[in-house]
Amino acid sequence: MDFLYSVTADPVLQIVEDPVFFLQIILEGLMAGVMYSLVALGFCLIYKASGVFNFAQGVMMVLAVMCMVTVYDAGFGILLALLVAMVFMVGLSFAIERVVLRPMVNQPQIILFMATIGLAFFLEGFGEFIFGGSSQKIVPTEALHIGRDALLIPMFGSEIRLQQLDLTAGVCAALLVATLALFFQKTTVGRALRAVADDHQAALSVGIPLRSMWVIVWSVAGLVALVTGIMWGASSSVDFSLVLIAMKAFPVLILGGFTSVPGVIVGGLIIGVGEKVAELYWGDALGGSIEEWFAYVLALVFLMFRPQGLFGEKIIERV
Amino acid sequence: MVTDHKQIGEALLQVNNVSLSFGAVQALSDVSFEVREHEILAIIGPNGAGKSSMLNVINGFYTANEGSIVYKGISRAKMEPADVARNGVSRTFQNIALFRGMTTLDNIMTGRNTKMHRNFIWQAIYIGPARNEELEHRRKAEEIIDFLEIQAIRKTPVGRLPYGLQKRVELGRALAAEPELLLLDEPMAGMNTEEKEDMCRFILDVNEEFGTTIALIEHDMGVVMDISDRVVVLDYGRKIADGSPDEVRGNQSVIDAYLGVSRE
Repeated sequence: MDFLYSVTADPVLQIVEDPVFFLQIILEGLMAGVMYSLVALGFCLIYKASGVFNFAQGVMMVLAVMCMVTVYDAGFGILLALLVAMVFMVGLSFAIERVVLRPMVNQPQIILFMATIGLAFFLEGFGEFIFGGSSQKIVPTEALHIGRDALLIPMFGSEIRLQQLDLTAGVCAALLVATLALFFQKTTVGRALRAVADDHQAALSVGIPLRSMWVIVWSVAGLVALVTGIMWGASSSVDFSLVLIAMKAFPVLILGGFTSVPGVIVGGLIIGVGEKVAELYWGDALGGSIEEWFAYVLALVFLMFRPQGLFGEKIIERV
Repeated sequence: MVTDHKQIGEALLQVNNVSLSFGAVQALSDVSFEVREHEILAIIGPNGAGKSSMLNVINGFYTANEGSIVYKGISRAKMEPADVARNGVSRTFQNIALFRGMTTLDNIMTGRNTKMHRNFIWQAIYIGPARNEELEHRRKAEEIIDFLEIQAIRKTPVGRLPYGLQKRVELGRALAAEPELLLLDEPMAGMNTEEKEDMCRFILDVNEEFGTTIALIEHDMGVVMDISDRVVVLDYGRKIADGSPDEVRGNQSVIDAYLGVSRE
């Protein structure tokens, strides 16, 4: 009976007693969710355009930000550092297309997926070789004009704290999504990319060169990885353990649907808010550390009842 | 007959002794025929005769194990589909392969892809010359939309359109490339009589007005006999007949193939 009370009535009472605190939790959840969405965005782009689930996306994120930080630490300006990191990611896309994707054209998806697992391990080793594996690096937040303070917003006699870093991440994500939407909807290349995403064969038959498209989409995913890496790196430090954050992208993708950019955003926000709320209000009753597993359980439930995700294309099998 | 005033020219495409196998399955064996300029050639045959495989070899999805394809006098053993498209060959598919999430207009605009000359960087930035080029292509696309009488659905995502209209949009996308050779894989499959009549009319109009050479696969014999100038018949991956509709109609091996006479 105690247990029943603590999972049903008690959380509601707590929310009613201190609504401002609840609002604070929701906001924090949203901010965390934006960060998850950013990670998942890179996966989504590549999956849309090439049907490949890119296991190496997490490593690409770390490589991008490591490259940027290393150049900056070597005494060059922040703009140059960003530029070098971008060029590095585009170069990486060319190399991946040439070495990994091109020999695998027309292979089943699972083969390509396995190839990206290999790629992930290779890139991690390669990155440690170039940038050094042991030392942790710090993202130069001041040079990037990312504030480290918290903003206090008074509300109903209490106040809400917002981290400037979180706000920056939110703004960056919004800008990124808006730019991508414009790029995909309004430009010729964007249209060609959507065509490739819809139907490879048909795209080839109208003369869209698949290879160039792959390079472009991997480059875009690489640039998204750079932004994501900077945001995540700024909130802790930069080393290869950041790769694990990419794991959080899986439940986001399952929730939102693998092929939908809006889905990825909504999925990320739901998971961000869900795990914060669950941790604070149901944490004690369910034994704590809900944040660790909440996203995955939610993903499991989705797989059971709506496997295509919230915004994914409905899977219709012809019988 | 529509053939009276039409100037059928030299061979635009020659298929020379093409064989194709998938593992132990022989899809095509030693098939040769030609497609002549400005004609409508029908490729017919029972299910599994290798018709679609033949189109796939022509547009580069498959590479023939033996034999060659000569297009506009240039022989090729292997060619990427995108390059074939750039050389003026467009096609439609048996199971509609449209970009389902995109509108009719966008689908047709992708057909203009082979005609776009500004490089990717320009197109990505979408300013100045690239923008003008886009407008020019847009005008062409609208012409095709008018030609196919699909103005009303130009902003509709094609996934929502009825089957017959999807087929028409797919034809539009192929036409947008201003092809010299148009390959149609069962353009009338699954259509009702009215839709078939429309499609026949469009195919004949394309052939007459633009002088486009057309090779099509079709099962409806009435349609095939009506619109084609020449017919090639495949059965079990071999060519069993090649000639005018009347010649083919009277050919004993064609009748046998369709009626299923035992092959002694």
